Amino acid sequence: MANIISDETIEYVGILAKLELSDEEKEKAKSDMGRMLDYIDKLGELDTTDVEPMSHVFPVENVFREDIVTNGDEKERLLSNAPQEKDGMFVVPRTFE
Amino acid sequence: MNGKDEEKNYMNIVEMTATQLAAAIRTGETTAVEATEAVLARIEEEDKKYNCYVTVDRDGALAQAKKVQAQIETGDLTGPLAGVPVAVKDNICTEGLLTTCSSRILHNFVPTYTAEAVKNLHKAGAVILGKTNMDEFAMGSTTETSAYGPTKNPRNTAHVPGGSSGGSAAAVAAGECIYAIGSDTGGSIRQPASYCGVVGMKPTYGTVSRYGLIAYGSSLDQIGPLTKDVTDCAAVLAALASHDPKDSTSVSREDTDFSTALTEDVKGLRIGIPNDYLGEGLNDEVRTAVLQAADVLKEKGAVVERFDLSLVEYAIPAYYTIAAAEASSNLERFDGIKYGYRTEAYAGLHNMYKKSRSEGFGEEVKRRIMLGSFVLSSGYYDAYYLKALKVKALIKKAFDEAFAKYDLILGPVAPTTAPKLGESLSDPIQMYLGDIYTIAVNLAGLPGISVPCGQDDRGLPIGLQLIGDCFQEKKLLRVAYTYEQHGKKF
Repeated sequence: MANIISDETIEYVGILAKLELSDEEKEKAKSDMGRMLDYIDKLGELDTTDVEPMSHVFPVENVFREDIVTNGDEKERLLSNAPQEKDGMFVVPRTFE
Repeated sequence: MNGKDEEKNYMNIVEMTATQLAAAIRTGETTAVEATEAVLARIEEEDKKYNCYVTVDRDGALAQAKKVQAQIETGDLTGPLAGVPVAVKDNICTEGLLTTCSSRILHNFVPTYTAEAVKNLHKAGAVILGKTNMDEFAMGSTTETSAYGPTKNPRNTAHVPGGSSGGSAAAVAAGECIYAIGSDTGGSIRQPASYCGVVGMKPTYGTVSRYGLIAYGSSLDQIGPLTKDVTDCAAVLAALASHDPKDSTSVSREDTDFSTALTEDVKGLRIGIPNDYLGEGLNDEVRTAVLQAADVLKEKGAVVERFDLSLVEYAIPAYYTIAAAEASSNLERFDGIKYGYRTEAYAGLHNMYKKSRSEGFGEEVKRRIMLGSFVLSSGYYDAYYLKALKVKALIKKAFDEAFAKYDLILGPVAPTTAPKLGESLSDPIQMYLGDIYTIAVNLAGLPGISVPCGQDDRGLPIGLQLIGDCFQEKKLLRVAYTYEQHGKKF
């Protein structure tokens, strides 16, 4: 395997991905990601000098609209999906000490 | 009606195509309510075997059917799908109806709005039966990554239905709906259609609004029909297509009357078969069936040639880089605060995010989020993500060159017929390789259709794939229709 994923890398990617992996999952993620990257490295065989990266297949531009509210008050219905709500607000864990 | 006649009538309804059923409702032979009851009875009978549905909305469907029937009787609803029951993939939002994406993290999510595509179906007089099973967040090729158990292939329950729209394809094949809609990011409509022996189409990117489709790879995702025949496919696509200001990538198309394409006429049409689609890894029975289908079109006057498409082996690595990157960003929204699953015990905000997501997402979803986070991270972005976008440009160019010579491209949908349950998930890369003929179509934004063209010696269906240039759905439908008229029934 050409790509060796270190413990530090998996730790770091876990922070970016906001995932908490068990030790077993981490080992598996290391080998899975290494194998995937080995596979993706195949793209390196292609010369892409002077090729513009293509994010969208059609030539599109920003689509703007007037900033006017068109939907009604959905507060109650939106809050009904929340794991925890109080006084019309989402409840989150304390973020400041 | 006595019990026996009623049963007979029900049998009849579940075997009808959407356009046949709508015609029967229009002429008063049956009603939307009777049709809905018939399909619900079939679901009741059969779904324990196949697990096509995550949610069946029995009461909602019957209420819609009553309303739609009244509108048909007053003449307010006259379209080719009016009164016909449909199944909707569980990643497409339906107001007031559970929408799980087959994930634990959305196990209790009830959308407050309806996806534009489903609204369009309502306008056409559709009756929504419920929500179909899928690979979790549409990540998978077998419907085995669902948090609600795998769907089984109605043609042989030891095999997978394909994925990720496996529940939709299986429901059509099993008569548990008259037609269905799914989503296709790398083959997720065409491949299960092929495995289950039904018709499935991925339209040109931008044809169907993505508003209300829970995002996986936004630059690749497209909603489309799964139907019993090509005629239904055209009718459903016509109903789904619309320009939607709420989706900034939605395209305004002038002609969406796709049913006018249903003519038997392929004379002089240039069809290219990529040599790269017939090479190593392709099962012999699939190759034979696909080439026989090409011969049918040749006999009808099409000019069929082999050519080299090139770059085919680069589509999968480019796709998984781009799709994983977009997925890692799109799935950031599942944080355990506004909706969905929240972990029981946690210490502080970040720990709650991490624990909720880790417990809520399944293995394949986590694998793709990790990979996506990595390829987008500082230091690797250029080498992986930007590189993949450049390869995407090269792949698009290869298709442009092919369509300068050919009206459309013909090939298999998948290298094999449906694998056995439990055989695919242990080796992700091997599973990804199964997407080789479908994936480039999404990268290039092209339309593609899967049409049944045979079966293997075990009776498992084989699909023929036709790929068109952007906005050439009518050409695809015309050729698919011509083939369907002259090919054998499978």
